[in-house]
Amino acid sequence: MNDALDVSLRLLIVFVVFLTFPLIIGQTEHKVMAHMQGRLGPMYAGGFHGWAQLVADGVKFAQKEDIVPTGADRRIFQLAPAVALLPYLLVLLAIPIGPGEGAVGEVIDAGIFFVLAVMGVGVLGSLMAGWASANKFSLLGGLRTAAQLLAYELPMLLAAASVAMAAGTVSLPGILDAFEWWWLPWQIVGAIVFFVAGLAELQRPPFDMPVADSEIIFGAYTEYTGLRFALFLLAEYAGIVVLCGLTTVLFLGGWHGPWGADGLGWVWTLLKAAALAFIVIWLRVTYPRLREDQLQKLSWTLLVPLSLAQIALTGIVKVVIQ
Amino acid sequence: MSPTSAALTTAADTHGFLSPTGVEIAFLLVGLVTFGAALVTVTTRQLVHAALWLVATLGGLAVEYLLLTAEFIAWVQVLIYVGSVVVLLLFGLMLTKAPIGRSPDADSGNRWAALTVALAAAATLIWVVVDAFRTTWIDLEGPAAGSTKATGESLFQNWVLPFEGLSVLLLAALVGAIVLSRQAKETAADGPGTGCRSGNRTEAGAPSATGVPAPAATEPGAPSEKESR
Repeated sequence: MNDALDVSLRLLIVFVVFLTFPLIIGQTEHKVMAHMQGRLGPMYAGGFHGWAQLVADGVKFAQKEDIVPTGADRRIFQLAPAVALLPYLLVLLAIPIGPGEGAVGEVIDAGIFFVLAVMGVGVLGSLMAGWASANKFSLLGGLRTAAQLLAYELPMLLAAASVAMAAGTVSLPGILDAFEWWWLPWQIVGAIVFFVAGLAELQRPPFDMPVADSEIIFGAYTEYTGLRFALFLLAEYAGIVVLCGLTTVLFLGGWHGPWGADGLGWVWTLLKAAALAFIVIWLRVTYPRLREDQLQKLSWTLLVPLSLAQIALTGIVKVVIQ
Repeated sequence: MSPTSAALTTAADTHGFLSPTGVEIAFLLVGLVTFGAALVTVTTRQLVHAALWLVATLGGLAVEYLLLTAEFIAWVQVLIYVGSVVVLLLFGLMLTKAPIGRSPDADSGNRWAALTVALAAAATLIWVVVDAFRTTWIDLEGPAAGSTKATGESLFQNWVLPFEGLSVLLLAALVGAIVLSRQAKETAADGPGTGCRSGNRTEAGAPSATGVPAPAATEPGAPSEKESR
């Protein structure tokens, strides 16, 4: 009885986090982008500084008619948003926010492999949407998504492998238990590679070639309306939560902090993840979109060699300190 | 699926057929689902559906590994096969004409030969597995026999030579793929100026199927192929 209660409570908490954190990031994005661009942003919904704008957006999406194009592959078209969104829910289960068993949804032995594997599955949703829409813009978006994933999966894996080598374990809580402050400068290259590759995998600006609205309307999501479109958007923001959480856990020491690490470890995790989410938004406002060939070039000629160099450095330091 | 389930039933003789545990029942059910998905993969006439059923098949295999406590292998299975191989497959299907609905030419005249080869391969595998693990029983209750630690230790202590051999094999395949794709590029560049474009397109399409990461090169071919549909 107690076990069942424990498990269902954990699942409930992870589910609530999954539903609220992406919305918080979405609202922050509205406001931060508005400030950085010297404009107001949404100000009316809800009264105080437009806090209810996302709720209003949600109501609007729910009211819209759910349209499936005549030429589309009906079942795959309808299934795609779920395939895009659900993997991020599963990944959230494995991210620890504090020390001990109580602060993680489920301790997974091969945690790094689990999160990277399941995140890779999410891209299948975009591919299914791109193909099943029977629209050439969608198909182009799907193609670009696939090309981008194939290019950036490798540096992301290599950067994560470097941390696993440093810690001597592939379990996420295990990596945090082994963390020392000097890992920060030691793994900094890997951290940047991981974060950039993660951004590219989420198709966030400046890596939003697959949904480039000035060229191919909205890529794989062109034909989607209403709730299904909202699910794709939610997947993007859930992806930001997951990427920031993972970078925090793998490279920034998660719950470790200069002080207050005993009882308030989870505050550190959330603060670090929030700072990273701010950077994600900042990058969106700052940088222009990379062209397709620049995208591929960045990955194969810069990120992959950098991550390999990081692995070599990790190996050398690891041997020396033993 | 079938080799491992065969091993399970042989081993079950010592532990009794009549009182299967929950894990064994789940293993068999997932195995049946995986087998069904695999059958649909090879029989469906819709190309992209076949690739997506392949996702279900490979995912089912990952669940089987999980049930046998081989957690590491399960996640690697998802990472490599579902996350990369199927994405590559879908990428290739999207570059070619993969129509929505049935493809009339998705059937092959070689189907009986293919079936024979498949059955022979399955029989060989089942025979090998049954012969090798005749009475071995995996203890699911104790410490996980397939944990990352256990897998890593046995891989790098007992099986280093096959591991290194496989690495060299994969490296050779990689180098070979690069050589092939570069040759294709050179022959296309040698051709006359006007004929170069169409030649480039067909040549550039081939390496992507062999796993060479050259999506940027194949991309420009896509819109014109799509428009001609």
